[in-house]
Amino acid sequence: MAGCKPQLTPAGTGKKIKVSIDPLTRIEGHLKAEVDVKDGVVVDARIHGGMYRGFEQILIGRDPRDASQITQRICGVCPTAHATASALALDDAFNVTLTPNGRIARNLILGANFLQSHILHFYHLAALDYVNGPEVAPFVPRYAKNDVRVSKEVNDVAVGQYLEALEMRKICHEMIALLGGRMPHVQGIVVGGTTEIPTREALNAYAERFKKVKKFIMEKYVPIVYLLAGPYGDLLKTGGGYQNCVAWGAFPMDDAGNTLLKRGVYTDGKDHPVDTDLIREYVKYSYFEDSTTGLNPTQGRTLPNPHKKDAYSFIKAPRYNGKPHQAGPLARMWVTNPELSKIGQETLGVKKIRDIGDAAFSILGRHVARAEETALVANAVEQWLAEAEPGKETFVPTPIPESAEGLGLTEAPRGALLHYIDIKNKKIANYQVTSATIWNANPMDDMGQKGPMEQALIGVPVPDYDNPVNVGRLVRSFDP
Amino acid sequence: MKDEQMLPAEQQKKTEVSRRAFLKVLAGTAAGIGISQVFNPALVSAMEKALETHPVLWVQGQSCTGCSVSLLNSVDPSIADILLKVISLEYHPTVMASEGETALENLYRVAEKYKGKFSLAVEGSIPMAAEGKYCNFGEMDGKEITMVDIVKDLGAKAGSVLAVGTCAAYGGIPAAAGGETGATGVMDFFQTYGIKTPVVNIPGCPPHPDWIVGSIVHLLTKGIPELDDDGRPTLFYGENIHDNCPHLVEYDAGQMLEKLSDVNGCRMDLGCKGPDTYADCYKRKWNSGMNWCVDNSVCIGCVEPWFPDGSSPFYEPA
Repeated sequence: MAGCKPQLTPAGTGKKIKVSIDPLTRIEGHLKAEVDVKDGVVVDARIHGGMYRGFEQILIGRDPRDASQITQRICGVCPTAHATASALALDDAFNVTLTPNGRIARNLILGANFLQSHILHFYHLAALDYVNGPEVAPFVPRYAKNDVRVSKEVNDVAVGQYLEALEMRKICHEMIALLGGRMPHVQGIVVGGTTEIPTREALNAYAERFKKVKKFIMEKYVPIVYLLAGPYGDLLKTGGGYQNCVAWGAFPMDDAGNTLLKRGVYTDGKDHPVDTDLIREYVKYSYFEDSTTGLNPTQGRTLPNPHKKDAYSFIKAPRYNGKPHQAGPLARMWVTNPELSKIGQETLGVKKIRDIGDAAFSILGRHVARAEETALVANAVEQWLAEAEPGKETFVPTPIPESAEGLGLTEAPRGALLHYIDIKNKKIANYQVTSATIWNANPMDDMGQKGPMEQALIGVPVPDYDNPVNVGRLVRSFDP
Repeated sequence: MKDEQMLPAEQQKKTEVSRRAFLKVLAGTAAGIGISQVFNPALVSAMEKALETHPVLWVQGQSCTGCSVSLLNSVDPSIADILLKVISLEYHPTVMASEGETALENLYRVAEKYKGKFSLAVEGSIPMAAEGKYCNFGEMDGKEITMVDIVKDLGAKAGSVLAVGTCAAYGGIPAAAGGETGATGVMDFFQTYGIKTPVVNIPGCPPHPDWIVGSIVHLLTKGIPELDDDGRPTLFYGENIHDNCPHLVEYDAGQMLEKLSDVNGCRMDLGCKGPDTYADCYKRKWNSGMNWCVDNSVCIGCVEPWFPDGSSPFYEPA
């Protein structure tokens, strides 16, 4: 057990110790990590998703337009992503084409939340694995030996940035509210576009706030992530797991559908175009009826069975072309392969993300990819602001179809997001969501393959069973 | 932030001073957050005392963390001040440094030490079906603890409970038709188990940060605020959205909006549930006063016990 009962077994004795962290905190939701450690290294891992609400069941029978409101409530950190995926599925089903201003307004809403979410993740969820917070609750208690390796000066700077980042993420939410009504849970993203036509005044207010946030990203967030590569350089060498990536792409840059973050799949060292027919969701070790295993989301069923024997998670296990894939900023950056920021190029001595090689697939590599993506999206926000036209229509009203299907593919800050809707008699007949954490934090599948987070844990050093710091570091690097 | 790097003793001293300074600021802006009646010098000193003896333990059940994220958007006091100077937040799964048994041991230690005094904040609904299996809370000595277990245990020990968000107050989306987890709000849960601890509902999907902070401050200084029939502070939930809506004039003139992106007109025909909804969003607005749902599109009644089933379909008139 983590953090109590000393179970010291000297390295080399070959004895296996089970270490369990429950709750695994500073994430969105409920997760438990259970690892077997032998000779100071993780040799086996299980990730338990411990909570179920039933969104897919609750949506059945409702007005299809309600989906973009209800599905946002899946995640309070990334509601805009669920709203976007849902609206895209509805756009597809309703057969509606957005106005250019509607497309840009959605990008400005989702973009601001990418910035918000990545800042929140690094500083407020992950950073306490690398620096010490103030000596008051909720920053204490913490592990007695938490392996913080930065100097006092760097720690001071980081804590200062932690507090400043609270303000920055709040400003990002103000940017969203200007166009989306409020945040969390935006009112403004609907089938057919967005509900609020941006005024010059609103765009100026957005731009004024964005300027502060961008400065923070470029001058503080990105540099401090690279700063960690010094004292924590070994974390660039561990936690890779499967090097398979799914990225559905996000942020349409034109009406032809070219996206800022590219759509693509990377399996066994090769790039592939996305074919969503190749997705299957397995439930042998999930608390769902066995009869629903191996289905594509368009045929997907969600029938909980909370007492199922041998199951250990409420998360289904999606596989692409039969194989586990990770999703998130690293997967997207790997698929998109942009040039690194100037400081990234200088620190790592390489030009593009893929030049980093295997080290990108690591605990710290995921933080680097997330920071680089934040800079990339920030630059694009600038472009969308220049393209947005005050007073131009953002919404195309369209009647509910009698029956239709729709698929919405986008990216949440934490990874690939798919929504599928089946409409019959103008009501939702089926609705399926395959979200980023479903791709990353899933359990073993029917074929016996571990989930990406589980696999990435194997080989991670845990020299001190009472202070299993690296387990949390690995899990949080995925931003579950 | 040099302050935070001091030795614990100095830190404590420094924090005391800052708390006092903060309370002055809070008293000055209390009118802005709708709690002006609460503040006078005696109460400020009472609050300082309360801060020392009333830690807040924040637990999450079937939640999306949206209520916590909304709290992070607090403007005055800022969330940094809330964390460092206002609330002694001894347990919060999203922000606390600790994890696993280190976190749970602290939770139980604080609950025991401040028994009858601490405030328990509940975010998310409590799934009562399947012996609580739908929401695991943690593991202690190899034994699984469910959300049902923890609210039963800590709910009985707490001095007061804040049901933060519509899920914790009334069940919310997890309790909507089609769900099968037995999702329940705190008051109904307490009734089932005969727990008598007073509960303040702070509904909203999510609640406005001022509603959360204002309710906590009221609780710490003056005790339980005046509540309406649905257990909500009348301070924040006492006014009807439609009756106070800036578009009421247009409604009276028969000017009804026909398209979501139009600006001038009443939204009732597009599904606005303002007439059935009680909250002060119309004057408080969201995200530092940037906007609010009705100006942007429609009200979906997210603060009401009947949300979401009572207001769904959201884009059809009631």
